[in-house]
Amino acid sequence: MAWYEIFKREQPTTASVAKDRLQIIIARERRTLGRDADGEGRIAKLQQELLAVISKYEGVDLDQVSVKVDKCGNGEVLELNILLPEDELPDSDRLRTRAAFA
Amino acid sequence: MAKVIVVTSGKGGVGKTTSSASVAAGLAMQGYKTVAIDFDVGLRNLDLVMGCERRVVYDLVNVVKGEATLRQALIGDKRQEKLHVLPASQTRDKDALDFEGVGRVMQELVDMGFDYIICDSPAGIEKGAQLAMYYADEAIIVTNPEVSSVRDSDRIVGLLDAKTRRAKEGLDPIKCHLLVSRYNPQRAERGEMLSIDDILELLGIELLGAIPESQSVLNASNQGIPVVLEQESDAGAAYMDAVKRFLGEEQPHRFLEVEKKGFFSRLFSPTPRNAYAG
Repeated sequence: MAWYEIFKREQPTTASVAKDRLQIIIARERRTLGRDADGEGRIAKLQQELLAVISKYEGVDLDQVSVKVDKCGNGEVLELNILLPEDELPDSDRLRTRAAFA
Repeated sequence: MAKVIVVTSGKGGVGKTTSSASVAAGLAMQGYKTVAIDFDVGLRNLDLVMGCERRVVYDLVNVVKGEATLRQALIGDKRQEKLHVLPASQTRDKDALDFEGVGRVMQELVDMGFDYIICDSPAGIEKGAQLAMYYADEAIIVTNPEVSSVRDSDRIVGLLDAKTRRAKEGLDPIKCHLLVSRYNPQRAERGEMLSIDDILELLGIELLGAIPESQSVLNASNQGIPVVLEQESDAGAAYMDAVKRFLGEEQPHRFLEVEKKGFFSRLFSPTPRNAYAG
């Protein structure tokens, strides 16, 4: 390590990047492909259809869309996070929708 | 009562066959009558890794089809009296095996008094892999500390929970054990490789052992010797620790941490950053 690297902002290690990426993809695949799959794959199907709709709009980066399902008491909460390109939505860059399922 | 163990991973090239050979040989060394079955129809390799490739006459497909008896197809290991190998066929016919036929072979092995039946799964999630896991009581998931291997291992755990005899008959689920192979604690410590803790957190299954990345694995397979027989090697010792843990013995994990160097070896060795090559 050269001496000037001491002043650099610490970068996340490649292992921690790998771990973060895996956490996301594994959680998604467990929902859609088995392991924590809900009854008829209802949430998975909803997620897939939502992504299909969102992908029709140009400029939305699907990497910036997250669909999360949380257990909340007896119900499930679907959290949809879409990061829209700045020029399309100047005041607020996030459109957030929460839908609750009984 | 015989136990059926599947060695599986989803991804290819992570060390399923190497691990099957060593787990089977390790169990035999511990005194259990063990058979290792190669389920990789068309791409037989367990015989080569275990050093009995020239003694293959009949194979699993011959037995399932009734062309040979199980006794004719089983190969006794020359080093370990309790160790046997049932090779895969080299046929290109993908439908050479079926669930019912494999079930008959399993039952016959149980009747012959085998304590452990090790099923070496082919890569992938197709029929061959499903046949290898179908009758399993326990599973050893071989994973490399690398993104694609971890993801595929999670898929396989999902299949083990859903597509096996235990799942279909409503029995207790298959017990999954994680075996991390090609682990390099130095690289994990530097944040260049997923650590054992990372993998355990991601997959949520219990750790059976970590096999260090080691020259001895290739040296052993070059000679057709399960590396567990080379007890002086780090990988061989790690496999034996894993086998003992599998049998319920308490064994400390020896290969998870970077070896602490003494003052002099630190003084006279290059820094870890430069020492890594490859």
